[in-house]
Amino acid sequence: MSAQHFENPEITFQPDHSGGTGKIWKIFWVLSVLTIIELALGYFLYAKHGELSYATVLSTKCVIGILTIAKAYYIVSVFMHLGDEVRNFIMTIVVPLILFVWFIIAFLSDGTSWKNLRNTRGGSRPAETEQVEKAAAEHSAH
Amino acid sequence: MSATIPAGTKWWSGGKSPFNVSYGKVMMWYFLMSDAFTFGAFLISYGTIRFSVNHWADPNHVFNSFPFAGHANLPLAFVSLMTFILIFSSVTMVLAVHEGHHMNRKGVEKYMILTIIGGLGFLSCQAWEWTHLLTGEHVAMLNDGTLSVLPTTVKMNPWGEALSSSEIMTALQKTSHEQLVAIANTLHHGAEGAHHAVESLTNQELINQIASNTEFHATHTGPIAFGGYFFGITGFHGFHVFSGVIINIVMYIKTKLGHFDQRGHYEMIEKAGLYWHFVDLVWVFVFLCFYLV
Repeated sequence: MSAQHFENPEITFQPDHSGGTGKIWKIFWVLSVLTIIELALGYFLYAKHGELSYATVLSTKCVIGILTIAKAYYIVSVFMHLGDEVRNFIMTIVVPLILFVWFIIAFLSDGTSWKNLRNTRGGSRPAETEQVEKAAAEHSAH
Repeated sequence: MSATIPAGTKWWSGGKSPFNVSYGKVMMWYFLMSDAFTFGAFLISYGTIRFSVNHWADPNHVFNSFPFAGHANLPLAFVSLMTFILIFSSVTMVLAVHEGHHMNRKGVEKYMILTIIGGLGFLSCQAWEWTHLLTGEHVAMLNDGTLSVLPTTVKMNPWGEALSSSEIMTALQKTSHEQLVAIANTLHHGAEGAHHAVESLTNQELINQIASNTEFHATHTGPIAFGGYFFGITGFHGFHVFSGVIINIVMYIKTKLGHFDQRGHYEMIEKAGLYWHFVDLVWVFVFLCFYLV
């Protein structure tokens, strides 16, 4: 830190910036390797298209999703320096994001249900004219 | 790197930021959090629609091209390039922030320039990809049972399920002369002389020529929502990249003019950095949802 360096006056405790760039490059390699693994899994799904069981495809996609979340963690924690902030501040950012857990589960299951309804005519009631015809047929049968 | 904070510090007694972060940076974080919900809602909406239909466009078929590689089938290649460009520009951005902490103006300038170049590189890639899709020519069967040459737009796309060879033959019989000529031309990849030769052929000759070509394949039209979601979400992300590049250029100019040296700190670079990393963060999820799975 040079002599004329002073931080914003709103900050009470100056963060320690004496570290080198080693950590930044380490995270760069972590992100690159995670991306390469994701691409390898994506290519695996492409190359074996149609040969894999539904469970294998789904679990491979889940692994890719988990790797993505790991990448997001490293970007936010190290590149955006959120990991260096005080705990209360981290919580005001992270806790609201828990809403995504509900958001994803609710909407994707809604989409799946929608597909089932599409394919099974949704167990929908017969159209009104059909009901009338059926009633008339039953009536005349008696 | 975190500061050593004495235990029992009374954060909420007034006179200091209870988060030990400046107002501007707190608000940048909350803006980014709200933006994360916007992007999240877009991507989840896309997922919901994708889950609700029986067939969705296969990304390995849609995104299999590379500039100057002609018709080579290269799934995942171009998007990997875009991803690495953005990761690398994120690294140069965090290095600029690092130089800012050490009040090294020359270092900040150097890394801001590299970050701006990375951003422009990414935008160029996206421009190429959009152009390629919007002007692409793939043969698909329309609702009336005829074949047509379709691009990928927000109104239509040719990314449905493949047609069997008997379906193709039936559809070819119904297709107009004009469309048969257009289809035959896609098989010649726009060779100049071939274009005129094709027009003078009869329908049956055209059908024989198309059907005997081993490269020829046709599909049903794809899910209509695909184009809207793809161009909408990558466009919204691209707009963030674009505005990020503008912000970075402004920060570079302000650095060059010595504004941050006068102020005594480079916090503005940190705030621009937060925005830029967020753009990279969103791309990680766009990459996942549109290209990988």
